[in-house]
Amino acid sequence: MTEPVFTLSDIVTTVNTGTSEEQQILKNLNLTINKGDFITVIGTNGAGKSTLFNTIAGNIKPASGQILLGTKNITSENDIKRTNYISRVFQDPKMGTAPRMTVAENLLLALNRGRRRKFKPRHLKQQIAKFQELTKQIPNGLSEHLNTPAGNLSGGQRQTLSFLMATLVQPDLLLLDEHTAALDPKTSQELLKLTAKIVEQEQLSCLMITHHLEDALSYGNRTIVLNDGQIQSDLSGEARANLSTTDLLTYFNDLE
Amino acid sequence: MTIIVSAIGQGLLWGVLGLGLFLSFRILDFPDMTVEGTFPMGASVTVICLVHGINPLLATLFAFLAGTLAGLATGLLYTKGKIPILLAGILVMTSLYSINLRILTKANVSLIGKDTIFSSHFLASLPASFDSVVLGVILVVVSICLLAFFLNTELGQAFIATGDNEKMARSLGIQTDRMKILGLMVSNGFIGLAGGLIAQNNGYADISMGIGTIVIGLAAIIIGEVVFGNLSLTARLIAVVIGSIFYRFVILIVLSLGFNANDLKLISAIILAFCLMLPTLRKSLRLNTLFEGGRTK
Ligand SMILES: Nc1ncnc2c1ncn2[C@@H]1O[C@H](COP(=O)(O)OP(=O)(O)OP(=O)(O)O)[C@@H](O)[C@H]1O
Ligand SMILES: [Mg+2]
Repeated sequence: MTEPVFTLSDIVTTVNTGTSEEQQILKNLNLTINKGDFITVIGTNGAGKSTLFNTIAGNIKPASGQILLGTKNITSENDIKRTNYISRVFQDPKMGTAPRMTVAENLLLALNRGRRRKFKPRHLKQQIAKFQELTKQIPNGLSEHLNTPAGNLSGGQRQTLSFLMATLVQPDLLLLDEHTAALDPKTSQELLKLTAKIVEQEQLSCLMITHHLEDALSYGNRTIVLNDGQIQSDLSGEARANLSTTDLLTYFNDLE
Repeated sequence: MTIIVSAIGQGLLWGVLGLGLFLSFRILDFPDMTVEGTFPMGASVTVICLVHGINPLLATLFAFLAGTLAGLATGLLYTKGKIPILLAGILVMTSLYSINLRILTKANVSLIGKDTIFSSHFLASLPASFDSVVLGVILVVVSICLLAFFLNTELGQAFIATGDNEKMARSLGIQTDRMKILGLMVSNGFIGLAGGLIAQNNGYADISMGIGTIVIGLAAIIIGEVVFGNLSLTARLIAVVIGSIFYRFVILIVLSLGFNANDLKLISAIILAFCLMLPTLRKSLRLNTLFEGGRTK
């Protein structure tokens, strides 16, 4: 469990580069993600959590620093190539699904993640039974809507669909950006349980951003606190087990 | 009677243009202005081929290929050159004007006395105007089958996803730039093909025959949507062609009311504007009980 799957070293990302508005978001950030790590990420609004994900997924090129997959340097690989081993659920439920395509069609697209799309029939019907079973895992009605355009789903249903799409083909690294924020409390817990189950079962490495301190402590094996573009604390093992949410809150307060 | 048959024939041939436009304007959600240069390009290529005695089928196929090249140019300017799609289309459309003049060598070239796709024994034996209906049906059926097949392939689904939610498509590893280029090429291929067909039907190619083609193609798409409402993708392709025929009927009616043919472009623009405003009008006039369904997106 100590073999690093993903290493970020000295990552600096800037926005509005070359203008007077130039601003550093991630400031010499270092992070090593080991195989099987399920890391919860917390931090204030604007701390740079989503930016961290964008950098890992290749949507933002770091101004300096290095990103390793295992021992392979992938700093210059673009986002499309990185989908071979990274999948993600966006913070915005609208971002992760194609609104005019049906739920089943969305899932089928995800089944081919990172693969070359060929000029051959898509074979949707053969997958329906599988999709039926998959969507039944979360009881919020998605399984009865396989032929509904994703745009007609509720925000929570769309986010559930995004999650299922992200885990349909096992990635080396799963990025979850507040993927339960749009869900009602009950469905939110269901999805978190399913998340934990899948991460465990498939031995995935996973980063999960959340603003729920309880969830941050009760799920996963590691918690990092992001502040002002740097990792303020990296908690695991005993130190994390003995932590309460009030303790965690003091981390925030200390930052002020 | 012949007038109606002729309108159906025209509607079918122009329906091919509607299908091409559907790929860019509806699936990719691109306002692709290349169209107005691609259409006369297809016409020019076909006519010049025919004038030089090339086989009509081959000449028509060349119109399709020429169209794909125009789409490729726009696609490259947009994806690699990072020029906004509207401007990329305008650039290619403008340059095509000169290119088309080069191909045609003069502003108008007639096909009188030349063999065209309509001169085949079978089509020539049909009563007047039925030739374009028969050819139109064959072409439209083949086009819709090919397009429906394509859209239901893995590649076609990736293409649709790119137009629907590019960010998601990328996050699933879809090469979105390639999909856009591919879409623009196929779209403009059909538009070039339509140009080649209409030129043979009219008996000439004219350098300015591209003006207003976007309005005509869009009118077909929107009329189809207003009349038939929510449909599956394949059915929507059929609706485009039926919309194209309806559009011909509307033009026919307007002309029979005594309007001048010179005002046709103004009239077609007004028809399209009216169709586009219909959903809003319906709401404000509470006509929902009169019409059912119908959406523009
Ligand atoms: N494209 C951009 N241009 C300018 N500033 C940006 C851009 N993207 C992000 N930022 C800034 O970077 C900082 C970090 O943003 P980010 O979205 O990563 O925060 P976050 O930690 O995900 O916050 P939240 O909890 O609200 O989701 C913010 O101050 C934001 O304003
Ligand atoms: Mg965020």
